[in-house]
Amino acid sequence: MSTGSGERGQLLLLAATRKGAWIYHGDSERRSWQVDGPHFLGHIIHHLVLDPRDGRTLLAAASTGHLGPTIFRSTDLGRSWQEAVRPPAFGPSINGLEARAVDHTFWLTPGHADQPGVWYAGTSPQGLFRSEDGGRNWAPFSCINDDAQYRRWFGTVQDGTPDGPKLHSIIVDPRDAQHLYFAMSGGGVHESLDGGRSFAPLVDGMEVVAGFDAADVTFHDPHCLRLCPSNPDRLYQQNHCGIYRLDRPGRRWQRIGRNMPAEVGDIGFPLVLHPRDDNTLWVFPMDGSDVWPRTSPGGQPASMSRVTAVPAGSVRASACRPARPGGQSSARR
Amino acid sequence: MRVLIPSALQSYTGAAWVSAEGASLDALLRDLDRQFPGIRFRMVDERRRIRRHIRFFLNGEMLFDPDHPLPAGGELHIVQALSGG
Repeated sequence: MSTGSGERGQLLLLAATRKGAWIYHGDSERRSWQVDGPHFLGHIIHHLVLDPRDGRTLLAAASTGHLGPTIFRSTDLGRSWQEAVRPPAFGPSINGLEARAVDHTFWLTPGHADQPGVWYAGTSPQGLFRSEDGGRNWAPFSCINDDAQYRRWFGTVQDGTPDGPKLHSIIVDPRDAQHLYFAMSGGGVHESLDGGRSFAPLVDGMEVVAGFDAADVTFHDPHCLRLCPSNPDRLYQQNHCGIYRLDRPGRRWQRIGRNMPAEVGDIGFPLVLHPRDDNTLWVFPMDGSDVWPRTSPGGQPASMSRVTAVPAGSVRASACRPARPGGQSSARR
Repeated sequence: MRVLIPSALQSYTGAAWVSAEGASLDALLRDLDRQFPGIRFRMVDERRRIRRHIRFFLNGEMLFDPDHPLPAGGELHIVQALSGG
């Protein structure tokens, strides 16, 4: 799910699913929604993203259960779609490394506001790609995809989610087009200060599963990385081993999720940041017991938690559930 | 050569039967891609491996190698295997 503002300022919710994509057009009060879809009925749509630079270009990362992956592009908010001429694909084997094949593109990020037409893509198995023509042609970042050290940090195709390890959460600093972040599950968080010519790990303070060496980037498993819209020096991260915050130029992550209610814990996948308050975010903890992918602690219907990180560095956490059928809601603190 | 396109790829060709030429399976698929851009990558990955759920039959014989030579005539059937319940 992603959001965006159309060229007339209308709110859009973009839902990418294993059965196709839907676009929800909201009114200014977000009280009523017009549903547009399905697009690509039956296709697996891994990510659907609106280009904030024009409010009408959409990119969809698509695959199916029986065909290879591709990217579809629309310049009219989904009324028509064109397929990429050259979708993300790895180059031939170099540096003595095994050749790889993209299984699917998992992540799409529009480039900096000053770089119209630039997009970034993350794939499974892990790879980083860039387009300079609005998503028609994609070129691999050889410094990541074909680097022996990164290949070791990638691990194997079995070191990830059930449908493969992913490069995700590609972030462009809104103040500096050369400043990039991305995360890999598994393989840590990485940063570039030179527009992607080189990257370095950013994992200090992040914990790993007991028994493994936190100094080895391979074992770090970030699930979601976000940059505060109201404070580009602040990052939040939902990790396999907790919820973290990092204030730049610092380099050490602080595990803020320890103050989550013990019965909820701080393991999950999505993170949603407040658009104006860099101390407030929402997380979606998951049941880490019998059924791992379930986002429902204790088997309850989907729960939502808010973590408020106060400036002094301590953390308050509250958890609440959406209204029940009877209209009641409950909250814990 | 006449080529039978599976339904899942007819969004590229607009027809079940098309014509394509090539001295090998790989050459024929590249000719198909010239006519219908994007169709080859849905069937063959960047390592030239035939994707898991795609099968090629030349006059009834299944082909496993992209370099398999093709005769001038005949029929190539592209079959999309489905998996799941």
